[in-house]
Amino acid sequence: MIDLRHVSKTFRKQDELVDAVRDINLTIAHREIVAIIGPSGCGKSTLLNMIAGLYAPSGGSIIYKGASVSDINTDVGYMTQKDNLLPWRMVRDNVAFPLELAGVSKSDRAARADQVIKHVGLDGFAHRYPHELSGGMRKRACLARMLLYGAESALLDEPFAALDAQLKLAMHDLLLKLAAENGQTVVLVTHDLMEAVTLADRVVVCTRRPAMLALEQRIELKRPRDVLNIRFTNEFKELYDTLWERLRVEYHEERV
Amino acid sequence: MTAPDTETTSAVLRDDTAKSGSSALGSGFMVIYQVALGLVFLLLWQGASGRLVDSFFISNPIDVGTRLVGWIADGSLFVHMWATVYATVLGFVIGSIGGVVLGIWLGVSPFTSRLLNPYLNALNALPKVALAPLFVLWFGLGIESKVALAAVLVLFLVFLNTYAGVREVDQDLIDGARLMKATRAQVITKVIIPSAMSWVFAGLKISVPYALIGAVLGEMIAANRGLGYLVQFSGSQFDSAGVFAVLIVIALLAVALNFLVEIVQHRMQQWRVVGR
Repeated sequence: MIDLRHVSKTFRKQDELVDAVRDINLTIAHREIVAIIGPSGCGKSTLLNMIAGLYAPSGGSIIYKGASVSDINTDVGYMTQKDNLLPWRMVRDNVAFPLELAGVSKSDRAARADQVIKHVGLDGFAHRYPHELSGGMRKRACLARMLLYGAESALLDEPFAALDAQLKLAMHDLLLKLAAENGQTVVLVTHDLMEAVTLADRVVVCTRRPAMLALEQRIELKRPRDVLNIRFTNEFKELYDTLWERLRVEYHEERV
Repeated sequence: MTAPDTETTSAVLRDDTAKSGSSALGSGFMVIYQVALGLVFLLLWQGASGRLVDSFFISNPIDVGTRLVGWIADGSLFVHMWATVYATVLGFVIGSIGGVVLGIWLGVSPFTSRLLNPYLNALNALPKVALAPLFVLWFGLGIESKVALAAVLVLFLVFLNTYAGVREVDQDLIDGARLMKATRAQVITKVIIPSAMSWVFAGLKISVPYALIGAVLGEMIAANRGLGYLVQFSGSQFDSAGVFAVLIVIALLAVALNFLVEIVQHRMQQWRVVGR
């Protein structure tokens, strides 16, 4: 589905060349949920930007459904790390924005927007402006908008970082349900190992900048998963501990 | 060009004065002081005229007042005022529309804007007042040449602000919309233009006085009516009372225009939300 082949990305900062991503090979299957974790500022977001077609890779290629990504990739829904709601629109009009672009009638899109707004727990905030919401609420509005856009793949860049523990679980549950229902392929960038193991079929660990693949771990936990209780099962603990141990070694080696 | 930030700063300043002024005692006293200052100034002017300074140069308040009353009585003042207001408003409207359209068009066309860049810089640096003789040639002595001068002054200010606003649009918002299959036209109408609105309004606001300047200057250069014509005519007749009388009318007109802008801006702020 998504195929990264020897992808690298170099930015020019003033006169300096900065390696953000170096020689990444990764194949993501249809309907697979892949979590990418790694230290902050390591180039994970750059990776998502390239899959979305916002940046072209400096080397290698990104193949999406058999075709090389050369322009904006409108087959993906992309939830960026910084929320990109339109500040002059209320939550409902922001969430319904993709439907408006697609020419859906006003009453129809309001009804559909209100439904997803309820899903992400923002009911009662449909008529607020983004600056009136907390960071976590804005993230949820972005999530609602992405759900309404209904792309076949979803790129999520630290989507739940600003949420409290309870809400995070509710969002995890929602994400898994909808991904399963719609058969979406999901690429999730996160800091949170617990989140990665809970959600993903596969966890990929990146090194510090420039990002390279340090290790990969399949998460063979059966679905549908109970996001609340899965963390207390032995399989989960084993996977979490192995990953944690390998991460520790990885980061330790990095520092030496 | 003026950033919307300055708009908000001035709004904050205005709020402060409004707050300090709303303490009943302070505002009442301040108005009394202000009126007193004006009266003292008029008295000094009246006293100095003819004694300290030749009244040929500075006239005196009574003569100026008499002149004003005379013009009001025979209705000629309103003919001149109307000509100036008409040229100002029409020039402002034409210049604003032109500036906004040009600003958006060049803002979203990197190639064209780079192509035209040196020429636009040269035109902008040109003192627009120097175009007045050309406008008289093209449009004649009538109101059209005044409208053109006011419009050109407004156009460049509004254009520069609109252009800056369009260039300032957050690229993330544009990318976000394009990822959701927005067409180029949709990106422009639904992301770029709304986002640049606060810049456009800032440009419109600062250009209002320039519309008045353009109209009055145009009338001073060649006209047969308007406040600019009247001040020029009075001066050429060595009628200092007439000159002062017109200056007072122009100042009042400027104050009225600023007041109008404040009201419009207040209305705008009620239904428009800017910033995050």
